[in-house]
Amino acid sequence: MSQAKLAANPAAIATWQAFRDQFAKANLQERAAMLKNRADLSRRGIITTIESAGQGHIGGDLSVIDVMTTLFYGVLNINPANPTDNNRDRFILSKGHCSAALYVTLASAGFFSESELPTFMQPYSALNGHPNRNKVPGVETNTGPLGHGLPVAVGTAIAARLQGRADRTFVIMGDGEMQEGSNWEALMSASHFGLSNLTAIVDRNRLQQGARTEDTNGLDPLDEKLESFGLEVRMIDGHDFEALLKALEPSTTGKPVAIIANTLKGKGISFIEDRVEWHHKVPSTDQVRLALEELS
Amino acid sequence: MSAPTPNSYNIAGEDLPVFDNRVAFAEKLIELARKDSRIVAVVNDSVGSSNLGAFREEFPDRLINVGIAEQNMVGVGAGLANAGMIPFVCAAGPFLSGRATEQVKADVAYSQLPVILCAMSPGMAYGELGPTHHSVEDLSWMRALPGLDIIVPADEQQIRDAVEAAVANPRPMYIRVGRHKVPNTTPAGAKFERGKFVTVREGSDVSIIATGSMVSRALSAAATLAEQGVSARVLNATFIAPLDQQAIIDASTGTRAIVTVEEANVSGGLGAAVASLVATSPEAGRVPMAIIGTNDWSPTLSTDGLYEHFGLTAANIVAKAKEVLSRA
Ligand SMILES: Cc1ncc(C[n+]2csc(CCOP(=O)(O)OP(=O)(O)O)c2C)c(N)n1
Ligand SMILES: [Mg+2]
Repeated sequence: MSQAKLAANPAAIATWQAFRDQFAKANLQERAAMLKNRADLSRRGIITTIESAGQGHIGGDLSVIDVMTTLFYGVLNINPANPTDNNRDRFILSKGHCSAALYVTLASAGFFSESELPTFMQPYSALNGHPNRNKVPGVETNTGPLGHGLPVAVGTAIAARLQGRADRTFVIMGDGEMQEGSNWEALMSASHFGLSNLTAIVDRNRLQQGARTEDTNGLDPLDEKLESFGLEVRMIDGHDFEALLKALEPSTTGKPVAIIANTLKGKGISFIEDRVEWHHKVPSTDQVRLALEELS
Repeated sequence: MSAPTPNSYNIAGEDLPVFDNRVAFAEKLIELARKDSRIVAVVNDSVGSSNLGAFREEFPDRLINVGIAEQNMVGVGAGLANAGMIPFVCAAGPFLSGRATEQVKADVAYSQLPVILCAMSPGMAYGELGPTHHSVEDLSWMRALPGLDIIVPADEQQIRDAVEAAVANPRPMYIRVGRHKVPNTTPAGAKFERGKFVTVREGSDVSIIATGSMVSRALSAAATLAEQGVSARVLNATFIAPLDQQAIIDASTGTRAIVTVEEANVSGGLGAAVASLVATSPEAGRVPMAIIGTNDWSPTLSTDGLYEHFGLTAANIVAKAKEVLSRA
């Protein structure tokens, strides 16, 4: 390996922990407001990180950041100071092209220092265009080729059960990514093995790289498909934090849970929202200014 | 901001313009598709990255986008070929060769169906997107499949020739279609023949056998070596399979050493093929060799940065040529 794994950032961990403590005492409405605030901070981080790299997948980063923020700030049982403690919940970002969203989130929670973010995709950076578990703490598996995260998640969920551990596995796929056959093989396994400790989340922004999903290789009715594969399906607005918190609760049926998070690609920035060309377009200096204004 | 890609490449003091071979690829494909209705394109949500927007405009029914599903994509290509179509299956190299390896093996190579597998943006064209998006294993993987031609065009002329050859005589083929820009190096009138290298420079001391994006670098190295009194032959290994055994044997008997260069992992690509022949052919000279390519997961770097990192540079070819000659 070219460089050592990044080190944890105790100050950021303390801030993250304080958030989690306050969150634990808050009611559902207050929790949603806290998460919204935190997610918009991450949106700013995503935009400036992509601006400085001159590369990135901004549309999918902005559609998934509300789900990811809810997980890291409201749900996951994790310890950024000890990210490989076996008693942790697993989080896998299967749509690895949205690495900027993951890096910004991990850095905010102190898995490594936020001062690393400007190195995104710079020479010899640990923050590669796609996440690498050997360089970045908090990354469970190396993703980038679509259709890999869910099978790995099935494995971590089976391991938890074999080892008698109560922790859960969460995995996020893109909706275009659901066209990969490997996902459907994994869904069959998840259901066959009764992995009630697994939650598979589809970032249903209805866009893929070149066009809308339904104009490429249609997924609808996705809920019925997932149900018929034996999952407990929860269809929600993926930008509604109260709905997210409820949907991320454990299975009630003994089946694995599938969340269809209906989202907007580019959510939060008017001129990026729901436009296919923003899959990996990079904002100009002016557009960055406008975007940050929209978030303030 | 990552360093911009240079818009020229210097060979022997001359700055040559460089080209993205996907452009010539798509132009030629469209030209032939107008005359031959058997030609179809099969893609994996990769219309843009395969530069097939214009093809889709003109032949909307003949552009089959299966979505992000590469195994299905190659199987669909085999079915189309079975029914007499000429499918150009176009996807980013790593996902075509890696994700669908078994489809390439069983449905295309073993079944001997004339599917034209087009590995777009191969090698390390995706720079900072990292190893998952690089296709440096493909030459090793594909070379293990009998009956699959492996073509690595070095420039615009060769990509046009490869597309024409695929339509004129369809057979299982794997063609790398480069995105990282390279200059034109194929001599005017050079023939494009199945299983043949192209001699792009004559020489008598050392042979440099290069493929694809590395041919221009080999020529640049040969020019530098000439200034230092070393005569280097440069062979463009256009076909990795079938291999031009005679050209390799001639290099091993007509020059005193061989250096191979490829934008691929050294475990089983061009260099391994050449070394195997040099070591085992009764007709070959047992000359010293150096194999230049990649040998580890790439760190975060641009394509040009990765060329430097792995020694895929004219300067390193010069150094390796001198080193092998010192052992001759
Ligand atoms: C196996 C594989 N094929 C193709 C690609 C290229 N690719 C990267 S992102 C993308 C589109 C993904 O769309 P979606 O899953 O909907 O993600 P999102 O909309 O959230 O960005 C494609 C085709 C890839 N990374 N992996
Ligand atoms: Mg999508």
